[in-house]
Amino acid sequence: MFDPIPWLILLPLICGCLTFLTGVGRGGRLVLAGLIIQLVLTIILARQIVMEGARHYAVGGWGAPLGVDLYVDGLTGIMLLLTHVVALPLVVYARAYFSSQAEGVGYFWPLTCFLLAAMNALFMSADIFNIYVTLELLGLAAVGLVAAAGSAGPVAAAIRYLLVTLLGSGAYLMGVALLYGTYGSVSLTVLGPLLATTEISAAACLAAMLMLAGLLLKTALFPFHFWLPPAHGGAPAPVSALLSALVIKASFYLILRLWFDLFAPLVTTQAAQLLGGLGAAAILWGSILAFTQTRLKMLVAYSTVAQIGYLFLLFPLMTSAIPGASESALQGGVMQLVAHALAKAAMFAAAGVMVLSAGKDDIALLGGMSSHLPLTLFTFALAGITLMGLPPSGGFIAKWLLIDSAVSGGQWGWVVVMILGGLLSAAYVFKVLRQAFLPPVAGIKFKPVIRMLEWPAFLLALTSLLLGFRSVEVLNLLGVG
Amino acid sequence: MSGALIYACAGAVLFVSGVAGLILLPHLLRKILAFNIMGSGVFLVLVGLGQRDGTPDPVPQAMVLTGIVVAVAATALALALVRRLLSLTGKIQFPEEPEGAGRFWKNKQ
Repeated sequence: MFDPIPWLILLPLICGCLTFLTGVGRGGRLVLAGLIIQLVLTIILARQIVMEGARHYAVGGWGAPLGVDLYVDGLTGIMLLLTHVVALPLVVYARAYFSSQAEGVGYFWPLTCFLLAAMNALFMSADIFNIYVTLELLGLAAVGLVAAAGSAGPVAAAIRYLLVTLLGSGAYLMGVALLYGTYGSVSLTVLGPLLATTEISAAACLAAMLMLAGLLLKTALFPFHFWLPPAHGGAPAPVSALLSALVIKASFYLILRLWFDLFAPLVTTQAAQLLGGLGAAAILWGSILAFTQTRLKMLVAYSTVAQIGYLFLLFPLMTSAIPGASESALQGGVMQLVAHALAKAAMFAAAGVMVLSAGKDDIALLGGMSSHLPLTLFTFALAGITLMGLPPSGGFIAKWLLIDSAVSGGQWGWVVVMILGGLLSAAYVFKVLRQAFLPPVAGIKFKPVIRMLEWPAFLLALTSLLLGFRSVEVLNLLGVG
Repeated sequence: MSGALIYACAGAVLFVSGVAGLILLPHLLRKILAFNIMGSGVFLVLVGLGQRDGTPDPVPQAMVLTGIVVAVAATALALALVRRLLSLTGKIQFPEEPEGAGRFWKNKQ
């Protein structure tokens, strides 16, 4: 029986090394071929998970504790599918983008392959030290991608991102050290029951705080969001799309795993309420700041800061004693994760096309874009629909589930926050759309863009919309394991 | 206090000073040095706490070796980026932020 698990990690690593050997800026076709094969493997793996349930895989045949164990369940399947479904159109988009604007490509292709390898390994990891290794690989690849643009702003943003991500990983590794020193194992399957049955020790609490703080830094939750807008707003559009859509979600996935699988006996409702409060602050503050921006890509980057806040609302909602409310909260959070990844990738891709055409990254210069690039503007609007939470998009399903959970759990404060967040998202999306329908600014000449640049973005936005119709399959996959 | 526990306490002290340096110092090279001190602190805790009954445990030592390799790679990347920033701006510090949250507060004045 063919096992796709090792190939999901090996194939992007091999592609990365091969594309590195082909030289600067080349290797796009190889990455595209590799990514198509990986998408097929991911679909095979997802079907295996649905039919056979969650399972373990020992790399090289050596089991834990000396070997590395991998574990796939429903949530892993969703994350792997999301990664490849978002990455494939983005790779097509990136090939077209860098053929129109060759500067800033650098070693984009090898770094993207290493990024994908790190993410696949991260989603399948079953012990906390392997998670550390994949987190570092992910961080270094992401920093390399941000710095590829080369000018002073992106390089400073990349250094800031690197230092923040190293601080986060350092805190996480300290937590691993404390857990290993106290319990003698790093495997999640061993540590979980051990933490649940033995008496709660101060070392375990300290380890939990350190690991979660490190991961919160990497997920850019308010007030740790300061590194994200310069890094995502200053990078080339394909890089911003990859980072905002996928890399942030990887550390959030880890917070989800550790919170519910490992630290379940340790976490209190107060800690969950704190995370929810920070998420609410992120939604409000990020949306307000997004509205005040004058640069298009910075607006979309602040929108990421705001939408990440919705994900953290699921923690207080899941502490509710009513079982239906808690299940809706998890489903809503995961749907928000998937819908936002698709929509944000589409939005950054559309913003990239508009900036490429206008020549400068300024919202005030977008006048007349509606007649020049109608498909791209439509893509931006479709992505905005998911961010606002309008039916029938995937974002609407996510927010509906979260609001439903809040109402049945009796936590009304979060409902107000979510509705306010939706209104503020509408404000900044319509700010851009209104500007694009105004007559062109004097002296601006729009450059023509390749058709291939517009279609991948449109496909991503359409998928986020269609997610609203087919959310049942996603939620079924989540239920496995 | 056993020998192993002394290493672990020293590691904790190094970790805290490294984190403080990473956050507070403005000079980028010193931030990178602080990150390395933080890493050394974590490795000391890993080896110090990992000893059970005085016999050396190979698993945390393997983890520390992996950690050292990762730290070296990360330091190399950080130094390369700082050199590039120096050649572009002439300074080894983060440039002033005119946009983002800074603009929001400036516009309020």
